[in-house]
Amino acid sequence: MTTAELLGKDPGWIIAIKALIVFAICVVSTLMAVWTERRVLAKMQLRTGPNRVGKFGLLQSLSDGVKLALKEDIIPAAADKVVFVIAPIIATAMCFMSFAVIPMTGVVNLFGQKTALQLTDLPVGVLYVLAVTSIGVYGVVLAGWSSGSTYPLLGGLRSSAQVISYEVAMGLSLVAVFMYAGSMSTSEIVSSQHQHIWNVVVLFPSFVIYVISMVGETNRAPFDLAEAEGELVGGFHTEYSSLKFALFFLAEYVNIIAVSALATTLFLGGYHAPPGLGFTEQWLGGWFTFIWFLLKVNLFFFLFMWLRGTLPRLRYDQFMKFGWKVLIPVSLVWILIVATLRVLQQEGANRFAVAAFAGGLVLLVMAISSLSDRSKEKSRAPLPEGEAPDFPIPSLPNVKSVKVSGGE
Amino acid sequence: MTDFIEPQKKFNVENSELDINSVPFEEVKQPGPGSLLEQAKGFWVTFSTMFKKNQTVQYPDVKAPTAPRFHGRHQLNRHPDGLEKCIGCELCAWACPADAIYVEGGNNTPENQVSPGERHGAVYQINYLRCIFCGLCVEACPTRALTMTNEYELADDKREKLIFEKDDLLAPLRQGMLAPPHPMYPGMTDTNYYNGDVKESHPSQNLNGQGQK
Repeated sequence: MTTAELLGKDPGWIIAIKALIVFAICVVSTLMAVWTERRVLAKMQLRTGPNRVGKFGLLQSLSDGVKLALKEDIIPAAADKVVFVIAPIIATAMCFMSFAVIPMTGVVNLFGQKTALQLTDLPVGVLYVLAVTSIGVYGVVLAGWSSGSTYPLLGGLRSSAQVISYEVAMGLSLVAVFMYAGSMSTSEIVSSQHQHIWNVVVLFPSFVIYVISMVGETNRAPFDLAEAEGELVGGFHTEYSSLKFALFFLAEYVNIIAVSALATTLFLGGYHAPPGLGFTEQWLGGWFTFIWFLLKVNLFFFLFMWLRGTLPRLRYDQFMKFGWKVLIPVSLVWILIVATLRVLQQEGANRFAVAAFAGGLVLLVMAISSLSDRSKEKSRAPLPEGEAPDFPIPSLPNVKSVKVSGGE
Repeated sequence: MTDFIEPQKKFNVENSELDINSVPFEEVKQPGPGSLLEQAKGFWVTFSTMFKKNQTVQYPDVKAPTAPRFHGRHQLNRHPDGLEKCIGCELCAWACPADAIYVEGGNNTPENQVSPGERHGAVYQINYLRCIFCGLCVEACPTRALTMTNEYELADDKREKLIFEKDDLLAPLRQGMLAPPHPMYPGMTDTNYYNGDVKESHPSQNLNGQGQK
């Protein structure tokens, strides 16, 4: 029985409970994510991080949230009030919606009902996630526009340009997954990985592109140039305060968790245990699969923090150049390669043909890269041979400054 | 990347007649972006840092000791019999670059002997809103009456509270000390006091019958 059939038998009350659980998972994991991020980042910087509210400071983000909600809610005079209020609601609601199709457990027993912790299973589940996150961009654009202020407008435009650009690369990186799984349904992609091998192994380039574009998509460091706290005040949410700001904050973190969950589902075998540990999936009546899922999601979340702790922020033009001129062409070429290999496989081509195709490809890449290196070397102009300057020159970097004793 | 390019041999540093323009002018190779592995090194730096001991001091709970000669709150010291060392000379106030110290001297009388000798500090104030903890006042003090403690928790919520009076600054009474005013040690002059000949109070100094054990 497929997951879709299993979920189709859910009575209404089970669906309601599952929706509640999914919502709770999102909110609680946001609270934990904020805490984890602050602690891990602190560790990377030889600090301790929040440790005063609750054990290990675990309740810090909860108390921050309460404090934020109790603050004065300011709507600027120049703001378009209706849109100003709607924008954070759109941004938050869309993040939560993308969680509906993420399969979080295998078959489990929920209040005596045999089901899986997945709200719904659409035949085009992954497309639905992409669509919903795209609508989430409206939240950003409208927030920036309706604030009636310069910084939010510029930040909103930048954020949305960034998200849309990287969504293209993200979508393209998923095409290879669809081709291998033969489906766009999240649960079927998971089960196809379970039958064969995790997509991260066979489709590693896709995985790399997805991981890079998911960081760009969520406006996180090192791609957080639209919000750049130190430079641009905060981007599209500059004018927001109190609960509306909290909603944007929530949306940002739910978004991170959502793209991490999608990465888990598409590339790391979803809720299934790593190969060799399959017996653990039966533990706790199947609920142990949820722990595997959380572990994998946290792996990605740790990556987010690691990137933030390590890399400096990109410049806007570098960022756009990287997205459009590197990620998208590379994904397109990779899709062509995957498609060709897939057709060769399905047509029953012998191994020699496949190997010849792969070898030819490697040779082609090497030839192109060496050609580009040569042209780069040619274009590097030699330093002009000028006369030595007749003024004292400052010491150059990497040259030990020589003390010149000028006599008496 | 840390090593330097050595200056060329033909440049002789000992030659003092040298013209600066004879310094060889050489193109310096700037380090490029490096290989992919080289660039990934940063990830290892942040990752390994996670397992290092962190540098945070849990301040209100754990108070790290200061350096032994840390310039903290001032203290007005006493002679071993309890008489104050301050003679109200105002040298500290004159030395203060921030004008944080205010002193009014007073005469010692047989009924009101606060310090050995003729004079004592009647009013002594240090304004910690102005004090820069430079320690020039301590250097100026001729009787070693004014020194500094290691106490650094001086924040408060009222400006008035940060003007410390003599009572706030005086050193506590230790073993063998009597609270002034009381007569000087019998047979001792102020010079004896300064020379450290007085080791503790004499029973005859205790006119008020304070704290006898």
